[in-house]
Amino acid sequence: MMLKLGVPSKGRLMDKTFAWFATHGLTLQRTGADREYAGSVEGVDGVELVLLSASEIPRELAAGRIHLGVTGSDLVRETLADWQAQVAELALMGFGHADLVVAVPKAWVDVETLDDLDAVAAAFRARHGFRLRIATKYHRLVREYLRAHGVADYQLVDSQGATEGTIKNLTAEAIADITSTGETLTANHLKILRDAPVHCSQATLFASRAADWRGVAETRARLFGKLGLGDVPGLE
Amino acid sequence: MNAAETLAQNLLAQMQDAGAQVVTADILQPAETLLDLYGEDIRARAYVTHDPALGEMMLRPDFTVPVVQAHMKGGAEPARYCYAGPVFRKQVKGRAREYLQVGYELFARDNPNHADAEVFARFAQLLSGYDLRPVTGDIGILKAAVAGLDTSARRKAALMRHIWRPNRFRALLERMGGQGPLAAPRADLLRALRATPAADLTEQAGPVVGLRSVGEIAERIAALLDDADTPPLPAAQIAAVEAVLNLSGSARDVARSLRMQGWDALAPALDRLEGRLDALEDAGIDTATLPFEANFGRTTMEYYDGFVFGFIADRADLPPVATGGRYDAMTAVLGQGRAIPAVGGVIRPDSLIALGGRA
Repeated sequence: MMLKLGVPSKGRLMDKTFAWFATHGLTLQRTGADREYAGSVEGVDGVELVLLSASEIPRELAAGRIHLGVTGSDLVRETLADWQAQVAELALMGFGHADLVVAVPKAWVDVETLDDLDAVAAAFRARHGFRLRIATKYHRLVREYLRAHGVADYQLVDSQGATEGTIKNLTAEAIADITSTGETLTANHLKILRDAPVHCSQATLFASRAADWRGVAETRARLFGKLGLGDVPGLE
Repeated sequence: MNAAETLAQNLLAQMQDAGAQVVTADILQPAETLLDLYGEDIRARAYVTHDPALGEMMLRPDFTVPVVQAHMKGGAEPARYCYAGPVFRKQVKGRAREYLQVGYELFARDNPNHADAEVFARFAQLLSGYDLRPVTGDIGILKAAVAGLDTSARRKAALMRHIWRPNRFRALLERMGGQGPLAAPRADLLRALRATPAADLTEQAGPVVGLRSVGEIAERIAALLDDADTPPLPAAQIAAVEAVLNLSGSARDVARSLRMQGWDALAPALDRLEGRLDALEDAGIDTATLPFEANFGRTTMEYYDGFVFGFIADRADLPPVATGGRYDAMTAVLGQGRAIPAVGGVIRPDSLIALGGRA
């Protein structure tokens, strides 16, 4: 039986993942034709490379169809309920940094914190007759965050892309989105609230708690040795 | 029928014998009503689905809303309703996602203390065969404490809005006293707002995008500056509110110690509490030993605004076996202006079975 390692199938995230494994003496590469999603691992026997969309890796880990997976910590927390019961966080990989933040129009000079946003939400609902809309694709993370901070009278509206534009298009009053430099926010006349971000995400190596680890014990020991990982309880 | 279903029908029959009328409710409920009432948090707890014609729908997370709506369409007054059926709640861990509720609701304009006592005594009687700890509380006392603070109407309204969010309530209370983690950012903001006229600030900040207008921004700035001139909430008053929140003991003892605080603003709410205790006593409940926790019902039961109660098993794996309370304000929201004082509660027959109950 092969130990399956799921990694992002394209772009910078894939390149940096390959580079991270290279520093640990493992050569990951794509094989076959240019557009074919096939790959190989050299440096340790018994590991199969599975190239996947980063957004599908949490689900594959939860299902146990891959043993290990590299994806953003935000995606795991957003996609998986009670994520710590489903996956173990093995290593923060030090790239793919992005913060999930709440942003409002810069013209809202009266709003700097969630405390202000909450007060504005109450006034907005009284004035407009509906709850203040926050556009995001990170529903679980944002809802938990706003709940923890006691923000009320808002609603989440789904936005799967170009989220910064929803305010100008009058489909939302505020947004919660991933940003690394803040440039897109600035270009759309938005500012980030002063509170701590909803989540500080980075590329992370996860292990599936649902995968069958019994048949890959030796490969696992060799691979974890190379990666400098200690014993991880609960992987069976 | 399984054991819990049989037990549910048995409880329902007893409620009918006591004069309640059986009502039914659709399992699929319009999501919008529930979202407007409970806020976005309900999405984390209720199953939302989509109907091509009707839009977002929810699998009934409780019966209260449909029962109130049915009553508002022309129920008699006073009215007693009972119902039994499954409700659906998302769970992260092992608890049941689909479970039975049997409920009893009383809609009556006159003598609310008597109505509170009738409902509590009904539940106490239905559950008398089980080893359960009753607990009571009164959100009305907390509301009276907030209303009785020496501060602006705006601050009281802000606190009232967050009575059901204890952490936020405390943070707000601290900020109004000039303390706590929210105080420093607010002071920074005020400095900036004072330094430059509102119109210039928004102008400098950039184009106004979105639905919230310059007028609304200016209004809030005026409110913030006005609030800054309101004197800080005195530490003694913050301490008094906290003292009210921390009270627990037998209901009569709690009522006595609240009286001893000598806080005039609490008097009407305390009259209600004592009147209710008298009514409970008349209904055969020993109020000298009845537990009262001022904080009870603040986190889990956001629409209750007066008397609250629960019956709790001494088992960490079981949610409260029964919960209930008064929800006058909710009927006003759902009735769009028309309101009817209402009090009621639900029993979880599955928990009774887990405790060894039989139909």
